[in-house]
Amino acid sequence: MLYLIEQLLNGIQLGMLLFLLAAGLTLIFGIMDLINLAHGSLYMIGAYLAYQAVSVWHANFWISVLIAALGAGIFGMFVEATFLRRIYGRAEEGGFQILLTYSFILVIDDLVKLIWGTEYKSLPRPVGFGGAVNFGGLTIPSYNLAIIAIGLVIVILAWLILSRTRSGRVVRAAALDREMLGSLGINVPLTMTLVFGIATAMGGFAGALAAPLRSVSPGAGIEVIIDSLIVVVIGGMGNFWGAWLGALILGEVNAFAVSTVPDWASLFNYLVMVLTLIFKPEGLFASREIRKV
Amino acid sequence: MKYRHRIKEVGFWALFFLVFGLIPVFAKSEYHLVLANHILIWGLFAMAFNMLFGVTGMLSFGQALYYGLGAYWVGLMVKTFGDVWFLPAMGFGVLSAVLLSILIGLLVIRVSGVYFTVLTLAFGQLAWQITFKWYHFTGGDDGIQGIMAPGILGNHIVYYCFTLLLVAVSIWILRRLVNSPLGLTLRCIRQNPERVRFLGRRVRRNQLRIYVISSSFAALAGGLMSGVNNSIHPDMFYWTTSGEVILMGVIGGIGQFFGPFIGAAVIIIIQDVVGARTEYWSLIIGLVMMTMVLLLPRGLVGEIQAFRARFKSGAGNRG
Repeated sequence: MLYLIEQLLNGIQLGMLLFLLAAGLTLIFGIMDLINLAHGSLYMIGAYLAYQAVSVWHANFWISVLIAALGAGIFGMFVEATFLRRIYGRAEEGGFQILLTYSFILVIDDLVKLIWGTEYKSLPRPVGFGGAVNFGGLTIPSYNLAIIAIGLVIVILAWLILSRTRSGRVVRAAALDREMLGSLGINVPLTMTLVFGIATAMGGFAGALAAPLRSVSPGAGIEVIIDSLIVVVIGGMGNFWGAWLGALILGEVNAFAVSTVPDWASLFNYLVMVLTLIFKPEGLFASREIRKV
Repeated sequence: MKYRHRIKEVGFWALFFLVFGLIPVFAKSEYHLVLANHILIWGLFAMAFNMLFGVTGMLSFGQALYYGLGAYWVGLMVKTFGDVWFLPAMGFGVLSAVLLSILIGLLVIRVSGVYFTVLTLAFGQLAWQITFKWYHFTGGDDGIQGIMAPGILGNHIVYYCFTLLLVAVSIWILRRLVNSPLGLTLRCIRQNPERVRFLGRRVRRNQLRIYVISSSFAALAGGLMSGVNNSIHPDMFYWTTSGEVILMGVIGGIGQFFGPFIGAAVIIIIQDVVGARTEYWSLIIGLVMMTMVLLLPRGLVGEIQAFRARFKSGAGNRG
């Protein structure tokens, strides 16, 4: 029983990190109609920036996380404004978007190698979160609890902003009809850049938070992008709550798989994806018709 | 116009056999032969991929799956049962690619556009992970070394001619396919799937057909490659392999039948010149890809053609 609860909490923590990553991906897809394959690379940039801030600049961990999110966000906005914006509306846009974002992965991976080298970096857990908390025989690393709490705060915050504020309304409107939004006097290109920036900042934030748990290495971006794509596929592309549920499902599956068949754990992610595809190819929470060609 | 078209076609084949036929005669070292082999095999792989992307408009990011499958059939059978199984294994590789691509195809074809791309990518990575982790069967990260073709095929020049023949026949088949009614249907699917349905053609079934055809030629390319390099590695399944073949298509021009072959030649030659001098090979690939997508989306062959067309119409106006 204790084992079950422990794995359950482990899964929630994994799911939270996955959600932070997948939320950005699904936001970009839902609003901008863009699959950003380089989203994992922004996660990696976040992890490296956090490492840089903590180990080289000796900053406080939580400030480093903010630096990482800010850095990834600014980088994302730069990329959107200089490169991605040029191909919107081009014929066969979908394919070219994927190719362009794929080329970002290759470039960012090598730039990271150039700046930080190829060896693995590790980050200590923040002060005060190195130990574990005891709940009647159940020991949970306090950093895991912190991640769960942060994840919950971000989920609620993102939902509130999207559904209750004027900017949230503008963003949702952009997903429906950009042209109409533009004629209502909203600066659509700027909105897109900001949305992209916020989404990539979330990716960087996730990378920084995950850095003390996993080692930081070039290639980390490629590892996580597949998982977050699976989350987005399970949940239904472009669907916020779908990504949330998908991330939790994948987190739980991962946690239990790692503790039972560690060598083959990552295969279970694909299994979940294949099952979803067979029974509900549009995802658990489909927000749009995808069978339409 | 028809006549010009034929000239171009005949020109390509004449050039193809002239260049690749003379390579064994003039190649200074075995290395050049290997390089020419790589161009032929990657060229075939890229053209098979382009049947999906350029012709039908389906961007698959998982063709490495079938490429790796073809290679691992040959590698594993030669290693386990001896080199007489080299050729049968190549056949089994293609056959299993047909079966597997029907199975996976039925799943991934249910969705389209970017969803298709994401799913093919995920299946490709799944195959890579299985190969990577199943150490005692596939050799994991070590791959398999010492794969030699049997008998007379063991000779490098004979093997080169064997590759040349198979690649030429395959390209010829693909060419016939593009010009067949199926090819026409596929091109229509790329432009307007809904209308194809109105005309009474099945979109999904034709998409599945070309997915299977493209995948089996990818497996053939993989099998041929294992005999050239004499070794295989799980990276043949990795998504950068799919990415590289996409890049070859984009560089040559996805709208052109022979474009991807030219793209493959360009990439292999750049890789040979630059790759040997720098460890930042993927940075260069990435920058080239970025340039192509942003500035020359029609690819080298396509841009040259567009430039010539513009030049001609300009001249016509003045005259």
